Amino acid sequence: MRYLPKSPAERQEMLAAIGAKSIEELFETIPEKYRLRDALKLPGPFAEAEVIDYFKQRAGENSLGYTSFLGAGVYQHLRSVITDTILLRGEFLTSYTPYQAEIAQGTLQAIFEFQTLMCQLTGQEVANASMYDGSTATTEAVLMAERLTGRARVLVARSVHPEYREVLQTYAKNSGLHVEEIGYTKSGTVDAASIKRALKDDVAAVVLQSPNFFGVLETLPGIADAAHAAGALLVVAIAEGVSLGAVKPPAEADIVAMEAQSFGLPPSYGGPYAGVIASRDKFVRQMPGRLAGQTTDTDGKRGFVLTLATREQHIRREKATSNICTNQALCALAATVHLTLLGKEGLREMAEQNFAKAQFALSELEKIPGVKRAFDGPVFNEFTLEFPRSVRTINGELLKEKIAGPLALGTGYPELTKHGLVCVTETTRRAEIERFAAAVKNILSKPL
Amino acid sequence: MGYPANYRYTKEHEWVNAKDGVATIGITDYAQGELGDVVFVELPEAGKKLETGKSFGTVESVKAVSEIYAPVSGEVLEANPELLDKPETINSDPHGAAWMVKIKLANPAELEKLMDGAAYEAYIAAKGKEASA
Amino acid sequence: MNDKIKKATRHTNQNEGLIFEKSSPGKRAFELPPLDVPKVDVAKTLGAQHRRDGVGGFPEVSEIEVIRHFTRLSTWNYAIDLGMYPLGSCTMKYNPRVNEFVARLDGIATEHPYQPQELSQGCLKILQLLEKCLLEITGMDSITLQPAAGAQGELTGLLLIRAYLEKQGNARKKVLIPDSAHGTNPATAVIAGYEVQNIKSESHGQIDVDKLRDLVTEEVAALMITNPSTLGIFEERIPEIAEILHAKGALLYMDGANMNALTGVTRPGDLGVDVMHLNLHKTFSTPHGGGGPGAGPVAMKKILEPFRPVPILVEREGGKLALEQVRPDSIGKVRAFGGNFGVLVRALAYILAYGPGVRQATEDAVLNANYIRKHLEGVYDLPYSLPSMHEVVFSDAIQKRNGVNTMDIAKRLIDYGFHPYTTAFPLIVPGALMIEPTESESKEECDLFIGAMKSIAEEAANTPELVKSAPHTTRVKRLDEVGAARKPMLRWKPASRSHVAD
Repeated sequence: MRYLPKSPAERQEMLAAIGAKSIEELFETIPEKYRLRDALKLPGPFAEAEVIDYFKQRAGENSLGYTSFLGAGVYQHLRSVITDTILLRGEFLTSYTPYQAEIAQGTLQAIFEFQTLMCQLTGQEVANASMYDGSTATTEAVLMAERLTGRARVLVARSVHPEYREVLQTYAKNSGLHVEEIGYTKSGTVDAASIKRALKDDVAAVVLQSPNFFGVLETLPGIADAAHAAGALLVVAIAEGVSLGAVKPPAEADIVAMEAQSFGLPPSYGGPYAGVIASRDKFVRQMPGRLAGQTTDTDGKRGFVLTLATREQHIRREKATSNICTNQALCALAATVHLTLLGKEGLREMAEQNFAKAQFALSELEKIPGVKRAFDGPVFNEFTLEFPRSVRTINGELLKEKIAGPLALGTGYPELTKHGLVCVTETTRRAEIERFAAAVKNILSKPL
Repeated sequence: MGYPANYRYTKEHEWVNAKDGVATIGITDYAQGELGDVVFVELPEAGKKLETGKSFGTVESVKAVSEIYAPVSGEVLEANPELLDKPETINSDPHGAAWMVKIKLANPAELEKLMDGAAYEAYIAAKGKEASA
Repeated sequence: MNDKIKKATRHTNQNEGLIFEKSSPGKRAFELPPLDVPKVDVAKTLGAQHRRDGVGGFPEVSEIEVIRHFTRLSTWNYAIDLGMYPLGSCTMKYNPRVNEFVARLDGIATEHPYQPQELSQGCLKILQLLEKCLLEITGMDSITLQPAAGAQGELTGLLLIRAYLEKQGNARKKVLIPDSAHGTNPATAVIAGYEVQNIKSESHGQIDVDKLRDLVTEEVAALMITNPSTLGIFEERIPEIAEILHAKGALLYMDGANMNALTGVTRPGDLGVDVMHLNLHKTFSTPHGGGGPGAGPVAMKKILEPFRPVPILVEREGGKLALEQVRPDSIGKVRAFGGNFGVLVRALAYILAYGPGVRQATEDAVLNANYIRKHLEGVYDLPYSLPSMHEVVFSDAIQKRNGVNTMDIAKRLIDYGFHPYTTAFPLIVPGALMIEPTESESKEECDLFIGAMKSIAEEAANTPELVKSAPHTTRVKRLDEVGAARKPMLRWKPASRSHVAD
């Protein structure tokens, strides 16, 4: 087998050196009745070409050839081939967590650069080396707020991604947190008045997302002031990081929980992505996840180490800030390379292109009789439309045109039965937007 | 470094220096030696009530965290602000400048239960023998 | 240093600053295709309160500078592609490159988790096949591929246990955890809302079964066991342990980090385990990438199936696969979307390459560990002498007599061209050296490692200062971790404090 660097002769030599007659002897501590006699029933063994063939066949059974208008927390963005050039270097791909700093300076400096980029993007003072994704980062941010305030009530906007809220509920159930949901207004933003009414001195955190799940930008200052006046922390989740190239970062937030998938990570049917928590320096000791810090060696040379490790599970065990061990380091590296390639102007330009494409798509779609913009709040690259009939039936027809249409919002929001979430990015060509609009118009012009 | 004779000591290596109903509390030279370089200290705020034997704070080195246990009970009057900026003082002057909290004693009689300087030195000498055994 | 040690140690490219230090306004590394729709004035449309004029401090460099920067950085790293990582319980095995190729295919990497299920049959088939394979390997009834890593798998497992017990009327209060356990175990138990009760291992480093009998009450929800233990020793009495727990209505959770000793040889499900997680980034070859991503699927017995996180993969008539989002007893979701799909693809590619012959990998892993043990016994102290499986734990007791500890030995091993083994874990062995070679090491590599360790033991006896001041050949010397923790500098700032000479 090509992954095993032993010849039969070498195996015999090694057994002899151990003093064992056969490899079976080395498994004698397993009670005999539990030792398998037969080989496992598994497909294979496959030669390299067969492995490739298997996955190419599966790839052909997916959505190749279709144009997608889906966003909702996972975004199709341009991705340089250089990102993989770097990621596929064995010294990055096959290296371990940088606990032995002297032989992991590459990883550690890259993490330090990642932390810096995340601070610059979010307007916060310190950022960690990654969490699993945006949903768990948001949850961990809430748990961090709970530890910092000693309070147990959390107000979460319904305009936060439904899956992020589900994950929060799963974790909250077991940590004594009481999560309350706050509704949204007709502009598609969270109902700030409701938040203010609900804010008492038992609230740990107010949780918003911006741009929110409907694609609308939230207005933070008033809510931040109200939260702070009540001694609560403002947690802002960001699912579409590219927005930060054109939209002001949530500097009023105490903790930002961002999904970094938009920065050089392919959609990959749900993962792996990378979450980030960014916050104020004064909260750093309650921040979960790894942190790379700058230091010097015995010769005075600059170097980097994992630091403040006493927050983590391998030291604090029961009292750790989180149980996270393996994080998303390689994904964070992808984001670092990607953002370094884009640079200041590239990210700005990408964000502006997204914005322009969305405005164009919006204007084309609004021209269709019966199609309305659902919310009047400002949007970035996603927006919610209301249709004259169920989005599911429209999407069924769109599939015949090889278009994956808007996300039907009815499952997550039972009151939004005819609403669909449309996403366009810099990768969506004008011709495709026009074709999509024409197809929708055509579908709606026919009776059901 | 010597162990001040007028202090009282616990088995968990805290020291108490009591005078006129107020006790100053810290950790001993032995404790800081075991910990290694101290990087961070977490101390309670004024007003917090300390219960004998219960943890009231932590001391961190790079690779470990240790709890600090209250040798006597009382109410915190002040936590040492110097330790926030300069936790390394615990390594250099554990019995003096690195005092951790000053508390108002709830029950001065509790001091009788603690070891005096000589008893504590014997205690850690015995520990030393155990370790090399 | 011994001339016979052949490994290269010197790193090239000594000086490379931070990317921000190479930045200069006007440099571009990436260009976008031109906009094909009308340009829009962002400030006018969004309003001034939302507008941002570029990210302050963001780097501005050229394409070649990006390539050189990260390539240079990479040369400062050790990696499996360069040599052995004898890290205990990490299973640093070869990361097959074909796995990277298939994960990046168009039609695999490009798929959106919300796309219609008719357009995702390929992805769903991959998930279904992986589920089947992992169930066959573990001997369990049901599985979830959702957790993003081992720790999240542990949490999922405990939440499943909690949900099951709650449905029976009492979620119970405690989880028993051996003192040899990985730190994620107690951290996770607390997050799951349980109290941790540590159980002391007995004199051979195994679970004290007699003590366990007394400890298991109806207040105990579960025992979290690692098998083989973190000492690399098989818990022979695990079926008995399962019975003790089951008799009191408690469950047995197995931390699957050490599955590399069991795959194809025995199955946790057969041993009485109720629920376990797997670390795909350990046993199943997905790359560590400097710290992740991983994946921590959780396999379980039938009793826990109703509580699985949604979505659930189902097969409908005509062989069509679908994801069901609603299950009344589900614990909910532990993360958004279905799982680290890209990692799952890599794990399946690994399994397909081996097929039924995957047992050979386990046998070679155990062979390598025992070969190393045989040669280092007597050179290093062996605190627990029961047979080792895929890893062996020594201690620094002999070397300590000369003031040399496990950390020093580990740092000196770097000079010999190896990554250190796991130091100072498990906690029950003071001064531990935890060594797991994995099956990816040839006899030649094992011999080189043995030679290095023997040489260091000699140095510890005769020239201890050489060991205590190691490493000597790395790009940076020992780094000041104390300063880094006292005055944390966690990001670059323009008015830079990096005034130290490089």
